[in-house]
Amino acid sequence: MNALLALFGVAILFVIAYLGVDVLGLHSLFGIVLPYAAIFLFLIGFVVRIFQWAKSPVPFRITTTSGQQKSLNFIKSNNLESPHNTTGVIGRMALEILFFRSLFRNTKAEVKENERIVYGPDKWLWAAALAFHWSFLIVFLRHYRFFAEPVPEFILKMQAVDGLFQVGTPIVFLTGLILLASVTFLFLRRVVLPQVRYISLLADYFALFVIMAIAISGLLMRHFYKVDIVGVKELAMTLVGFKPVVPEGIGFIFYVHLFFVCVLFAYFPFSKLMHLGGVFLSPTRNLANTNRIKRHINPWNYEVKTHTYEEYEDEFRDVMREAGLPLEKES
Amino acid sequence: MSDIAKKEDLAKVDLNPPKKDWMDPKVEFKKGTYNYGSNPGSMKYLGMPFVRKLDPTAEDWELPENWKEIILEGLRDRIKKYRSLRIFMDCCVRCGACADKCHFFIGSGDPKNMPVLRAELLRSVYRKDFTTAGKLLGKMAGARELTVDVLKEWFFYFYQCTECRRCSVFCPYGIDTAEITMMGRELLHLVGVGIDWITTPASNCFRTGNHLGIQPHGFKDSVDFAVDDLEDLTGIRVDAPVNKKGAEILFVVPSADYFGDPHYFGFLGYLALFHEIGLDYTFSSYASEGGNFGLFHSSEMMKRLNAKIYAEAKRLGVKWIIGGECGHMWRVLHQYMDTMNGPADFLEVPKSPITGTTFEHAKSTKMVHICEFTADLIYNNKVKLDKSRNDHWKVTFHDSCNTSRAMGLVEEPRYIINNVCNNFWDMPENTIKEQTFCCGSGSGLGTDENLEMRMRGGFPRANAVKFVHEKHGVNLLSCICAIDKATLPPLMEYWVPGVEVGAVHELVGNAIVMKGEKRTTDLRSQPYETEEPEAEAVKAEEAN
Amino acid sequence: MYDAGKIIAGLVIFLVLVTSPMWYKAATGTKGEAPELKYVTESKVCVAETEYMKAFHMDLLNEWRDDVVRRDDRQYEGLEGKVYEKSLSRTCMSCHSNKDEFCDRCHDYAGVSVYCWDCHVEPAEVQ
Repeated sequence: MNALLALFGVAILFVIAYLGVDVLGLHSLFGIVLPYAAIFLFLIGFVVRIFQWAKSPVPFRITTTSGQQKSLNFIKSNNLESPHNTTGVIGRMALEILFFRSLFRNTKAEVKENERIVYGPDKWLWAAALAFHWSFLIVFLRHYRFFAEPVPEFILKMQAVDGLFQVGTPIVFLTGLILLASVTFLFLRRVVLPQVRYISLLADYFALFVIMAIAISGLLMRHFYKVDIVGVKELAMTLVGFKPVVPEGIGFIFYVHLFFVCVLFAYFPFSKLMHLGGVFLSPTRNLANTNRIKRHINPWNYEVKTHTYEEYEDEFRDVMREAGLPLEKES
Repeated sequence: MSDIAKKEDLAKVDLNPPKKDWMDPKVEFKKGTYNYGSNPGSMKYLGMPFVRKLDPTAEDWELPENWKEIILEGLRDRIKKYRSLRIFMDCCVRCGACADKCHFFIGSGDPKNMPVLRAELLRSVYRKDFTTAGKLLGKMAGARELTVDVLKEWFFYFYQCTECRRCSVFCPYGIDTAEITMMGRELLHLVGVGIDWITTPASNCFRTGNHLGIQPHGFKDSVDFAVDDLEDLTGIRVDAPVNKKGAEILFVVPSADYFGDPHYFGFLGYLALFHEIGLDYTFSSYASEGGNFGLFHSSEMMKRLNAKIYAEAKRLGVKWIIGGECGHMWRVLHQYMDTMNGPADFLEVPKSPITGTTFEHAKSTKMVHICEFTADLIYNNKVKLDKSRNDHWKVTFHDSCNTSRAMGLVEEPRYIINNVCNNFWDMPENTIKEQTFCCGSGSGLGTDENLEMRMRGGFPRANAVKFVHEKHGVNLLSCICAIDKATLPPLMEYWVPGVEVGAVHELVGNAIVMKGEKRTTDLRSQPYETEEPEAEAVKAEEAN
Repeated sequence: MYDAGKIIAGLVIFLVLVTSPMWYKAATGTKGEAPELKYVTESKVCVAETEYMKAFHMDLLNEWRDDVVRRDDRQYEGLEGKVYEKSLSRTCMSCHSNKDEFCDRCHDYAGVSVYCWDCHVEPAEVQ
């Protein structure tokens, strides 16, 4: 149900792009106004969200330790899973952010006959997530060729590797296909796996469908409904230079692609996609397990009502004396 | 045990959620799956608001008129105070990696016990009142109105989470359900909703220094009783000072250690060990509890109960502190104490008077785990150990949630065990160390009325024990947590009969060779297994 | 504990990266306009419409290559029934003999590398 609603939403977005560009011919709106608005929303929204997070302190050092602490010399500590210094934290965060360390641990629990539970390794989510994020990143970076003149060398090298197989005209980029395949997989597991289907919200499907729409429109544009690529770059470069001009004759599919990208950018800061920023700030991961080495300060630490020893002795003085326990005051 | 379903039936768990949407709140308070409400007397003693006897099954919870405002204001306040909460509310992508990591979900199949949904219970309310999308789109954005039914759902499920943090290990963003459960419980307390097995121990602890409400003379009696017992067992009379000023070390244990069974044998182990190495230490009747049920209540309550440890260390003029075997106690000592009640600048950096080792890793908090202390003694050959005295035990080790996932204390106890007994087998790797399964009764849920849920929550742990029990004949589940020692025995009796539960320092106490001792039995008064292995072998041959 | 310094530093890095096309443009000083193509021929028509050629020339060339190499089919009927030889060097390059100022300008601009010249000999430039 949530999936259908989200699909419906994305279909409406497509209709909007179709009506706007193909029927009404609002090229400036879709080529200039919306991209500016989207990137503006993205940047402001992103900064505001991070500030919201940053404004709340981290009162306690609540590292989740996933390995041996540093304690005694003869016991080998695990600086990546239970970091005891900045190097360890950086290593742990790098593993988490670049290689999804925690997802790699994933297992699947099954309750069998005869009161037995078994745990099998389950790396599919990890593999798909990794493929998805890395290919998306590379696809994103490849688009730099439209925003930089001359095109930087590393972008060209990246393209060369990405198009290693030299299949098709223009050459098929592997990452484009991997992106579409992995996002499709992530969608399928959401509808096929009962547990994941149960927890999925409309927003979860919506993000996947928008990204799917971006990938599909991009691939269609590159390989089937080709557009004047020079015109596209011209538009991009004038946008970057804040003197936007929409060149004549860029194909409709381009505007569809661009519109979905705008939707993604504008939606980003208001959604779960902010995990891009959040993963860096998660206190259970980015804090070293140095709790007993260095005092962590809680800025709002306040005095609380305690039961002092004096109050305690006052209440129990007689029985304490009888039991032969030393006293501060005799009466 | 009699009024709970047979294990064959309890183990029939379907992990596939129902077709119906989760967003309609509906809780059925079935006998055996929830805890009783707080005792008004205890609430009053602690100065908690809206004192009344809550009956969770009642239709009317007698909430204050403005309960909704109070909760939403409380949530707003906590979002400002805790970055963790804010980020955990915003970042979850619902990938489902945590779903089958929770022992309560595996044991019950109730989809709202998937960590992600437990968090969504709070998150949906957060969306409704704190995010634009939620305000505008409502249910479509996964937002829910806070209603009495939602509140009841919170109560039910935030007290079906043991704050064990296993899900946090698997979450790609480290989202820690313990943090969410803790916040949820704090919010519930704001409108006078709590459970008695947390409130009353906290109140006892506040007054008498320990959860059981044992008064100073009672505490002294217990220690003396243990000293007598140890003399009967070993022929050696040890000194166990209480409230002794000027001792080098303050020793703080969970109160169950000197009252509970099988904790008590571990307590005897401590006494024997400290006597043998000639440690200058003292107990305190005022700080006669390291465990902290305040942790399960609110951060404020945690601080109020914890304050006595440093205060007592200061009053007695000790140099540093050792803490006994306890799980959640160490969560507080390791991750909260120094921040809340420190700095402990009146203490010295812990240095073992026996080995000369400086415990650099505790140089700020000045508190050392007994396993760290003992492992260091063993490594430096300061104690004479006879492993064979534990030959009647085939041992496995249960990592407690907090020592493994909040401290990283993983190898110290194993080092000790391997040095004090001959037969040790770890359980399968998905069930130990950072992936250890909770006993199912942590964070104040270990009540009799909650037995069914405890047996369900403990099912994954028991299942792993059963594996080594069948494969290696394991008959002792050793652990370093007071709640474990209290709640694993019924769990074993239910799922894996034939496995006992014991403290790591019970094994130490058995193995340690004391000068001048006259011992023929272990600390449980069972004879050592000196001749038996051969006898068994003969029997086996005869059978063939 | 806020770690404000680290968060702001991270945020600045992120913003600089996201807006890097602006900085790159400022640093290189190029306007990034579409390249001017130099037409060295007098002819006013190509084998197909300009619009089509802009977007699909690579498909046409590919088709030609396959027709010629695999099917020995060398005739192409272009606009208004005019027949061309399917040949990069002899048909295309006869008008667009200036690879540098015609092909490369757009390809470089759009960051597209072609493998035409893996097999074909690059033409000597006609000035």
